Amino acid sequence: MALTKDQQLLSKIATNDRHGENSPYFDGWKAYDNNPYHPINNREGVIQMGLAENQLCFDLIQKWIRRNPKASICTAEGVHEFKNIAIFQDYHGFKEFRQAVANFMGKARGGRVTFDPNRIVMSGGATGANETVMFCLANPGDAFLVPSPCYPAFDRDCGWRTGVQLIPVNCDSSNNFLITKAALEAAYERAQQDNINVKGLIMANPSNPLGTVLDRDTLRSLVSFVNEKKIHLVSDEIYAASVFSTPSFISVSEIIEEMECDRDLIHIVYSLSKDMGLPGFRVGIVYSYNDAVVNCGRKMSSFGLVSSQTQHLLASMLSDDEFVDNFLKENSERLAKRHSLFTKGLEKVGITCLKSNAGLFVWMDLRRLLKEQTLESEMTLWRVIISEVKLNVSPGSSFHCSEPGWFRVCFANMDDDTVEVALERIRIFVEKQQVKSKRKFQSNLKLSFTSRRYDESVMSPHMMSPRSPLVRA
Amino acid sequence: MRHLSTKATCNSHGQDSSYFLGWEEYEKNPYDEVQNPKGIIQMGLAENQLSFDLLESWLEKNPEPAGFKRDGKSIFRELALFQDYHGLPAFKKALVEFMAEIRGNRVSFDPNHMVLTAGATSANETLMFCLAGPGDAFLLPTPYYPGFDRDLKWRTEAEIVPIHCTSSNDFQITETALEAAYHEAQHRNLRVKGVLVTNPSNPLGTTLSRSELNLLINFITTKGIHLISDEIYSGTVFSSPGFVSVMEVLKDRNCDKTEVWDRVHIVYSLSKDLGLPGFRVGAIYSNDVMVVAAATKMSSFGLVSSQTQYLLSALLSDKKFTKNYISENQKRLKKRQNMLVMGLKRAGISCLKSNAGLFCWVNMRHLLRSDTFEAEMELWKKIVYDVRLNISPGSSCHCTEPGWFRVCFANMTEETLDLAIQRLKNFVVEHTANGHSKSNNSSKNSKRKLLPKWVLRLRDRDHKPDER
Repeated sequence: MALTKDQQLLSKIATNDRHGENSPYFDGWKAYDNNPYHPINNREGVIQMGLAENQLCFDLIQKWIRRNPKASICTAEGVHEFKNIAIFQDYHGFKEFRQAVANFMGKARGGRVTFDPNRIVMSGGATGANETVMFCLANPGDAFLVPSPCYPAFDRDCGWRTGVQLIPVNCDSSNNFLITKAALEAAYERAQQDNINVKGLIMANPSNPLGTVLDRDTLRSLVSFVNEKKIHLVSDEIYAASVFSTPSFISVSEIIEEMECDRDLIHIVYSLSKDMGLPGFRVGIVYSYNDAVVNCGRKMSSFGLVSSQTQHLLASMLSDDEFVDNFLKENSERLAKRHSLFTKGLEKVGITCLKSNAGLFVWMDLRRLLKEQTLESEMTLWRVIISEVKLNVSPGSSFHCSEPGWFRVCFANMDDDTVEVALERIRIFVEKQQVKSKRKFQSNLKLSFTSRRYDESVMSPHMMSPRSPLVRA
Repeated sequence: MRHLSTKATCNSHGQDSSYFLGWEEYEKNPYDEVQNPKGIIQMGLAENQLSFDLLESWLEKNPEPAGFKRDGKSIFRELALFQDYHGLPAFKKALVEFMAEIRGNRVSFDPNHMVLTAGATSANETLMFCLAGPGDAFLLPTPYYPGFDRDLKWRTEAEIVPIHCTSSNDFQITETALEAAYHEAQHRNLRVKGVLVTNPSNPLGTTLSRSELNLLINFITTKGIHLISDEIYSGTVFSSPGFVSVMEVLKDRNCDKTEVWDRVHIVYSLSKDLGLPGFRVGAIYSNDVMVVAAATKMSSFGLVSSQTQYLLSALLSDKKFTKNYISENQKRLKKRQNMLVMGLKRAGISCLKSNAGLFCWVNMRHLLRSDTFEAEMELWKKIVYDVRLNISPGSSCHCTEPGWFRVCFANMTEETLDLAIQRLKNFVVEHTANGHSKSNNSSKNSKRKLLPKWVLRLRDRDHKPDER
């Protein structure tokens, strides 16, 4: 096959699809961008429920900033530090910053483990952290196992420029999406048979999109598994402080304290984008128990250091124990309240979600609304939700879920009123569906929706999205 | 080390090079006017510390952007959430206008063709990921910035093939050298994807001439390859012949509707011109929409903090400030460079005539024991340990001629620079008197040559770092 001009001039990486942005799921985003909901100016617009952001605690952070002008290098109180901060590009990062982050990470785990500031390595958000870890652990062509459903951008983060492949370990509702040893072994064996070199396992705990935390037994069995196979375990704990009810969060850092394990195989990825709601500040962390990975990761961090201005601000904020303790407590409470408001609202219209206690979203079960238990039906239902219900939610297939009918719905990126509007729209939609199925049952009419709208969303030409669609959704 | 990737266990990060070893020695024994007056003076760090007062005074007069405010309202939440890889529009606009201003507004840039990255380090690597891969090579004129080995090759697995430049013509790029490099690459079974130049040059401190730029454009046109122009030092040009960007030459040649237009890309950063390396602000500018699209997606791995974008968009939108800053900064750099050049001259040391950058390319060939890189290393170690100046040996910049050193002048006070010059002067006097240079072939010298290497190493390392 002849190469196109672009393929000849540009690299393979630049012209392949592993950035993941050509997937049809971005039609939902486009629908939102073209018609965004606004409580005053556009009450008929599409509500964004596909973006896992935590907007519930900005007041706490703003209050702290106002009270601590020294933490900003631009205030009268802090400008004397300007020069020192502006020239600081040491890839070790400020000691105070690393200490503060280690402190925060420990507190998010209830003080049950402590983190060594010398193992804290910076990266360009968790996006950069996951990529960096892969560059350190795997060669092009190697593979990592990933329990699915999983965060859609893992493929880009772990594989696009690294050449690493991701092999899903499918989980389903038969056991509440738990990761079983059998499933892990099966995936590993299949890879071996296909001559694929598995270098490790990567997972998010708490889980995106499930919103659940891994139980102790599962964690122990994961650690046993990687030890036995002598492969790596990367635990993406980006939602560690977004746990709002029982059971409590158990980090892999705790597990390795209570069982025999080769620590050179254990690595944690972290970020402040979810727990603190600061995705714009690009604070990613690689925390490895393997010295060589810390050293290599640190050299690679040159490609995505945290702005010294940001390091300085956060070093100050996160070493304020009173602030951190209060923030963690308030954040949990507000997430719990919002989660409850949303799930109870859904229950009233007969919609259930996977029982969850963490994250910024629920894993909603719409299987009974599917015409057939197929991917196509899920996509059809999804397009209806976008175009008629006007909610941008994320279909389970975008998370590589093998069971059709599940949808991830975010609840922490809006105010209470908007939640009510969303619930109301869902209520109306569900009632309409019930009426329709009654009618269908009565007169065999096909479930239909305006074909023009259907065509529009299917045929919409791919264009560069007006905003980056693959934000850490 | 088992189970890790090849990248993690190889040396391509380049950190074992002498460029970084000098840094390590400096870290162990850093000069401080009061605390450690005998310590090593850092002259290996190309930082611009001359104009912070201008930035600080701007901050004092503009409290709003600093405090996450706009028109009295807090925009903290907006910034905290802003992670769009297209970047803050106000910042990109201000940045392209700043770039145009540096080029005397002879060219203009479209913000939609700019991609923000975490520093030029990330920009160069990202651009390389877009244009090259395993089996591909970029041609680079020597001497070049040591960090390129890491930035361009390490994780991309692309190769660098040098375009040899020599002092015979003041290190200018010639057609012969370009062709030779191209053939060398082919001989090594590498596919040449492009040429990368730094303009103004690091470590030379010179701007590329129009004829060199034309030569490069002709070359990439004929070969159908890319040209990356790293213009990170564009704002540090302090005297004639002035800075000519490759974009200007393309425009003058009416190339903007031609194919070659799409194959020219610029890298920029605020780390040198504004002296803000800690803020990690880099940029890729490309005329090719496909490159812009791919690079934009890749920038997810290293975006610029929104907090920083916001502050700098306010700073750079203040045209009164930028106009004054650019000219004042250049004046101070010129004065400082002159101080170093004159000081070295008094010590009998010449520099390559330069008009830009934060460093001089210093000629110490006459101080070498022999015309070899071993002799260069020997001299360098003496300068680091005995003279206590961390300067960068030409070999770390892949220079083909031994005896050249890059010496930075903008990262210290005037007093410190004076002291450094004095130390060097004393060293040269002593060094020449002791007959260590080629020009003084005494018998002492030949005896020294007969001593086993390990003894020589011990002698050179006999120096104990001062107690801190």
